[in-house]
Amino acid sequence: MKIVVGHLYPDYLNIYADRGNIAVLARRASWRGHELEVRTVSVGAPVEPGEHDLLYVGGGQDREQALVAEDLVAKADGVRAAVDSGAALLAVCGGYQLMGRSYRDFHGGDLPGIGVFPLETVAGETRMIGDMLLECELEPGVARTLAGFENHAGRTKLDPGAEPLGRVVAGFGNDGESGFEGCRVGRAVGTYLHGPLLPRNPWFADWVLAQALAHRLGEPPVFEPLADDLEQQAHTVSASRARSRGGRR
Amino acid sequence: MPLPLAAEIALARTAGRLSRLAGAGGGTTVPGKLLWRVDPGAVDRLAARLPLGSAVISATNGKTTTAAMAAEILRQRIHLAHNSSGANLVSGVASTLLDARGAELGLFEVDEAALPEVAARVRPRAVCLGNLFRDQLDRYGELEHVAARWRSAVRELPAEAALVLNGDDPQVGELARDRAGAVVFGVDDPSVARPSLQHAADSKYCVRCGTPYEYAAAYVGHLGEYSCPNCGHARPALSVVARDVRMQGLDGVAFRLQTPDGARDVRLRVPGLYNVYNALAAASLAGALGASLDEVTAGLERFSAAFGRFERIAVGDRGLLMLLIKNPAGANEAVRTIVDGGAPSLAVIALNDAIADGRDVSWIWDVDFEPLLPHLGRLVAAGDRAAELALRFKYAGMDGDAIEVIPSLERALDRGLELTPPGDELIVLPTYTAMLALRKIVAERGFVRPYWERAA
Repeated sequence: MKIVVGHLYPDYLNIYADRGNIAVLARRASWRGHELEVRTVSVGAPVEPGEHDLLYVGGGQDREQALVAEDLVAKADGVRAAVDSGAALLAVCGGYQLMGRSYRDFHGGDLPGIGVFPLETVAGETRMIGDMLLECELEPGVARTLAGFENHAGRTKLDPGAEPLGRVVAGFGNDGESGFEGCRVGRAVGTYLHGPLLPRNPWFADWVLAQALAHRLGEPPVFEPLADDLEQQAHTVSASRARSRGGRR
Repeated sequence: MPLPLAAEIALARTAGRLSRLAGAGGGTTVPGKLLWRVDPGAVDRLAARLPLGSAVISATNGKTTTAAMAAEILRQRIHLAHNSSGANLVSGVASTLLDARGAELGLFEVDEAALPEVAARVRPRAVCLGNLFRDQLDRYGELEHVAARWRSAVRELPAEAALVLNGDDPQVGELARDRAGAVVFGVDDPSVARPSLQHAADSKYCVRCGTPYEYAAAYVGHLGEYSCPNCGHARPALSVVARDVRMQGLDGVAFRLQTPDGARDVRLRVPGLYNVYNALAAASLAGALGASLDEVTAGLERFSAAFGRFERIAVGDRGLLMLLIKNPAGANEAVRTIVDGGAPSLAVIALNDAIADGRDVSWIWDVDFEPLLPHLGRLVAAGDRAAELALRFKYAGMDGDAIEVIPSLERALDRGLELTPPGDELIVLPTYTAMLALRKIVAERGFVRPYWERAA
């Protein structure tokens, strides 16, 4: 089956190896007999209703983030409609911030967000940099870990009752205080975790793929496992880095 | 009360010798760190004693090679204090000053982030700025922040200081605007341009108005002949130019060097267009320091390799070719160079994640390793993050059975050599601390002298 990905602003928001996440989705889809078609959606192009099974938006430096923020507001209705109609969304770092309601930079300037996630972000004086380990329970009773790297000045506050992506085992997470990281709304997930995120967290790559297929099938399919020895090895090293030297709250 | 400078120097030098005797590596920065801690101002006073003053070189990529090329040009006539083993923070500069008795001119490569402080302390008579690429975001922060620090460092320079700039880098070339008399270098040969901007190109958007640049020619990353279709910001006029560039595989590269003093044909014994940029930077800087065009040409042609950057080491009946990789733009050029020289069927790539390598290893996913894949029959993935590197190649489409994950550098090196037929050369691409460790391993086996014993 063809899975259509709308990659938002790959020419502006690509700083933390976002193409690694796309490469992992493409390979793992093809190993299951599916085809991932990635369509660039950059400045000036609309998000057409129903076109995408998955929207992906990565991270950028402050300058690039400011360059796209205004354009994203023009796409807001399209992105929200896609998510409301069951498309999956993965937003990393800067993209995660822009998918919230607003981002206030360190100089007090406001970048508008588009409110896919119920959160607001305010830049702090120091950056939160380091390896991070999360524990997630995306399906009730199934706890799994995500390992990666975070590097952000933004302190992200979730609205009361909003669902985080996971609990911080080691590192800073959303704001360095709450003990939580990321945000999930149905099939939409935002996170500060890069590294990139998906190569060393193959279960999560498959979860994202399954959510994208659910947009087509109504239900997420159950995949046959793949030989993920290398991925597990990379995960183990990354997780141990987070435990030994991740950011301390 | 601070100790007298002479006493501080004696103390710091003793510490360096003790560190070396204790086998704790080269001890190259130990004396400087100590001196800096005892009295930060001592660096300023040591630099002020140099009769011909100091020159400072910074860039994300190529600063070690540029400084080594400039040293090769200048050292025939001038006794240099040069931090040739890449200790490029304030402490490294301090150590070099301590070590260089009788030096006339300081020649310092300086870490991008350390440039403002080093420039403020040594009060250079010439500053050479090569390029800015994204590099170790966990350590340096965003490119814009480094560029802003450079802008203020340049504003603070003494009025009489010479400024040498790479005009092909939009962020660096822009510095020429506020400083009359800056020497601006660049490449002018569309025949060696890339068909399009690479994935890892950084300064793609106009430094003034944010519109994407149009490139008449893109040479290395975002270095090239750019202009903004909106506001007209464009590459400044070049005064030192490379034309008629002829790549010669791994053996070298030749070009026509054009300067205000005339033109010469130059043949470098190191390969790649990035080394043409390094040569232009070194030629411009040496010219600003008074070297003649003949001295420049001869020095560039004598130059063979800088520490671990493109280093050929004979290991018994096999060869080792080591090319440092440390960020996407630099690694892309290393890949391009070895592919131009005949794509290898075997490579050892070593990824560490110490502070000096960058703790965040995501940058390997922004490197265009793909040109290696069609010929690469086997990859030995090494270093502390060997598995992550293996994933980079697995998801690029390499067969998992063709990838060996051997985190131990020594075992990975032995495995690579074992797979290399006698008489052949093994390609090794290490990150910074992996490069240091691998050099130490081959040094302990007697194939290369430790770097702290090499002539400066």
